[in-house]
Amino acid sequence: MIINHPLLGPRDSAEFIYMGDAGLINRPDPETASGEEWYAYAYLRDNPAGEHRELWWHEGGDRSWLVVTRNTVTHEISKVEIARDVARAQGRSK
Amino acid sequence: MTQSNRLSGGQIDRNTTLKFTFDGKTYDGHPGDTLASALLANNVRLMGRSFKYHRPRGPLTAGSEEPNAIVELRSGDRQEPNTRATTAELYDGLVAKSQNRWPSLAFDAMAINDRFSNFLTAGFYYKTFMWPAAFWEKVYEPIIRKAAGLGSLSMQADPDAYDKGFRHCELLIVGAGPAGLMAALTAGRAGRDVILADEDFAMGGQLNSETFALNDAPALDWTTATVAELSSLPNVRLMPRTTVIGAFDHGIYGAVERISDHLETPPEGKPRQILWRIYTQKTLLCAGATERSIAFENNDRPGIMLASAIRTYANRWAATPAQRVTIFTNNDDGHRTAADLHAKHVNIAAVVDTRADAPFSSDYEVIKGAQVVDTKGRLGLTFAELRLANGESRTVECGALGVSGGWNPNVHLTCHQRGRPTWNEDLAAFVPGADLPPGMTVAGAADGTFSTHGALTSGANAAARILDIKPSDAPTTEDAAVRQTPFWFVEGCSRAWLDQQNDVTVKDVKLSHQEGFRSVEHLKRYTTLGMATDQGKTSNMGGLAIMAELVGKSIPEVGTTIFRPPYTPTAIGVLGGRMRGMDFHPTRLTPSHFWAKERGAVFVEVGNWLRAQWFPIAGETNWRASVDREVRATRNSVGVCDCTTLGKIDVQGTDAALFLNKVYCNGFAKLAVGKTRYGLMLREDGIAMDDGTAGRLAEDHFVVTTTTANAGKVYQHMEFVRQCLMPDADVQLISTTEAWAQYAVAGPNSRKLLQKIVDPAFDISNDGFPFMACGNITVCGGLRARLFRISFSGELAFEIAVPSRYGDALIRKLMAQGEEFDVTPYGTEALGVMRIEKGHAAGNELNGTTTALNLGMGRMVSKAKDSIGSKLSERAGLNEDGALAQVGIKPVNAADKITAGGHLMAATGPVDAKHDQGYVTSAAFSPSLDHMIGLGFLKDGGSRLGETMRLVSPVTDLTVEVEIVSAHFVDPEGERVRA
Repeated sequence: MIINHPLLGPRDSAEFIYMGDAGLINRPDPETASGEEWYAYAYLRDNPAGEHRELWWHEGGDRSWLVVTRNTVTHEISKVEIARDVARAQGRSK
Repeated sequence: MTQSNRLSGGQIDRNTTLKFTFDGKTYDGHPGDTLASALLANNVRLMGRSFKYHRPRGPLTAGSEEPNAIVELRSGDRQEPNTRATTAELYDGLVAKSQNRWPSLAFDAMAINDRFSNFLTAGFYYKTFMWPAAFWEKVYEPIIRKAAGLGSLSMQADPDAYDKGFRHCELLIVGAGPAGLMAALTAGRAGRDVILADEDFAMGGQLNSETFALNDAPALDWTTATVAELSSLPNVRLMPRTTVIGAFDHGIYGAVERISDHLETPPEGKPRQILWRIYTQKTLLCAGATERSIAFENNDRPGIMLASAIRTYANRWAATPAQRVTIFTNNDDGHRTAADLHAKHVNIAAVVDTRADAPFSSDYEVIKGAQVVDTKGRLGLTFAELRLANGESRTVECGALGVSGGWNPNVHLTCHQRGRPTWNEDLAAFVPGADLPPGMTVAGAADGTFSTHGALTSGANAAARILDIKPSDAPTTEDAAVRQTPFWFVEGCSRAWLDQQNDVTVKDVKLSHQEGFRSVEHLKRYTTLGMATDQGKTSNMGGLAIMAELVGKSIPEVGTTIFRPPYTPTAIGVLGGRMRGMDFHPTRLTPSHFWAKERGAVFVEVGNWLRAQWFPIAGETNWRASVDREVRATRNSVGVCDCTTLGKIDVQGTDAALFLNKVYCNGFAKLAVGKTRYGLMLREDGIAMDDGTAGRLAEDHFVVTTTTANAGKVYQHMEFVRQCLMPDADVQLISTTEAWAQYAVAGPNSRKLLQKIVDPAFDISNDGFPFMACGNITVCGGLRARLFRISFSGELAFEIAVPSRYGDALIRKLMAQGEEFDVTPYGTEALGVMRIEKGHAAGNELNGTTTALNLGMGRMVSKAKDSIGSKLSERAGLNEDGALAQVGIKPVNAADKITAGGHLMAATGPVDAKHDQGYVTSAAFSPSLDHMIGLGFLKDGGSRLGETMRLVSPVTDLTVEVEIVSAHFVDPEGERVRA
């Protein structure tokens, strides 16, 4: 597969390490989250046949974490974002 | 030897004669020949024995789809089984052997299987070798393996090299037949970036097999001129001898180029094959078509071939399988073979055409509305038996029979991303479907365009359409309309071969249907139809057709099985490329490696690293002697160990402390500059991930260490936390593992040794540089260095780091300066012994199942702040009474052995999983205590010190009485590290 890195252009997927569901960015708020929320965050992952937002780490490149929107059936990649931007957009800060 | 079946013409160089041997007999051939064409020219039809029944077999085809003529090529360590004689290029000195026969090809003892064929039908193995179950491995399997199977391996290491390479283009054209060549011409003349790949050594595809004129000249003239023009274009790369084996995601294609297979040995410095990864924007598939056979009784005798293959042998290689040939066809293409053979003075016994309206010929007899129903000839065809239109029988004497059942487009690559071909009623064949791999277009015969002119123009037009350019003009040539009516098998046939390589007959398909295997996928697996190395290129359609008739459905309703890469058999060697032996992964050498090698160190692989395991000296006969000495020397005076392999991560930024507070479960915000602290990282689920130290060199600068094994993983994790969880934190990370050579200098004399090296401006006395201090210093008169007063051994110890390029010099300096203290280098074994003596956790304890609590560090998990894993480490299930806790273990009888992996059971009572109390993770002989010691996890371990238990290892048959003790075997008060 080829991942179109937002900063570096098209790169072979062999340069990346895959870490699955991009939901990992949504770490529960330690102040308020319930045990159920922590359980879901640590253990529950969607495994859709179709569009999937997932984390890829550019280990063999600039070490960016990316959020790649990929169709797990066709492998078509419709969107590639810098994970840091996604995290910020979701309200994460420090 | 005479080449009695050599005809006139052909693309062979008769001025040069090549000698080759087949089964020990020497023959002559010419450059341009394949092994199969040369053998046929020498009147050799019998080239192999079939897989199951050991039936005599000759070539069926003239290309890579060949099921029968597979041989062992070359000898010695280059011997390669299952090589298709039809694609093996002839070279001088070629050595080939037939396979799957004993004692000889002409007399094969296992041919007795053929007599027992009633028992050896589909599912034979499943049915017969079920009972008794114990017999399978010891009795049945070895016998079957010996009897069945194909060629044999050399059992020696492959002496040749294989490579991998990467190529990029705008348009990849797969197949250099009429469509592919015209496409390349169109794109090439427009200056576009093109790769044209073809599995054959001669480009031209089907043009090489035909006698049509192109632009009123022989086709070879046009092909030669076209290839010459393409070669002259700098934007066109021709890749002959290259099979595109798979269409992968996002325009990535796999291709195997056979660089040296046509030579006796690869030229100096050249690989045998290269696996290319071709990145392309667009692909044009011009893979052509494969002729299909017709099933009739005994249709597998040597001499019975696809009609087009006989034509190819005659026209391209000037060879014929026999001087008298019959053609059995259901379409006009079969007549072309007859006409071409006749023109080369081969006697046509008859053309048997299933159609009542077959075309007439004045040159040979055409028998209309007739069928071949059976054949004779033990080691090769002698007679064909016909059923005439009026029902009467007739026997025709012939040495070869060309069978033509029409053509199937080669759609394989169109299906590599789960696309399915669609049925074309006019051609009675599957053609590429709508869901092609993105970026792929199909042209020529592969798309069902079977006339030569049609293929030429379709290639040109497809390339023009893809690239938005003007198509090149195609040469004038034949443009006959092609109509194909289905005719798959002769009424009433039974032992009629569909899959000749796996010996699957019409009868087998019927049987499997009878037994309930009605989906094509089941049919395939039960009968093994299409599962041989040829992947059923000549057989799948016949099987489908029979299945369709049996279930009363149409062929498209029955559907096809899935085509998967690779298109043709691919050597494991070329997939591995250079990655074999020590090159399987990179080898990382420590800065002291060459020095250690000079010292005669024994090395051990730790991940990609090679680390010194111990340093034997004269007189030491076993590793324990060396390790014990290294431990004693370190504890008594001073030892040095290369610990460069531990991961080092530089953490900088105003939020560096905040960041470390997040990744470590214990606190780092208040760590003073110039101090180091032990840190434990948890996974988010509360399980321990890794441990190490972090030294604070400045307010905004920490140096983190990780274990050797987890260096990469921890760095990845820290980057995840930084970018995804703390996107606004001002913190930067970089791995500096390779940047610094780092040595542990341990033992009571370590300070004295270092004082001889550290520049005098730096006070490293106990007051000036106390336990857990760190700082930037200089050594040896100005060389920048880092010093950490940390200890894994439990002794007064330091770790000193210098830029990597000074690592070799530093170890030599330490050794020279340490002579007065008998400084001793120690390896990973002594390191391990000393950390077990101190009860320090390592990989065995941080094993992915243990929590901070288990490790005796439960209180380290700070409640004052949030960190990764802190929340879930509070889960009730991880904090129940009776949780495992790390303990030390020593044998009650000092001479007894302790092994890691053993389990702890009460002193008396049953020994089983239900009564399991814990397990031992690490064990070593302690030179300090003079007996074995261990670390382990025991339920409620902290409150059970002094208890006697049994250590049980059913695997090693060990039962030992042990005492549960503190994990800190040596200097439990920790006085030495603070000395």
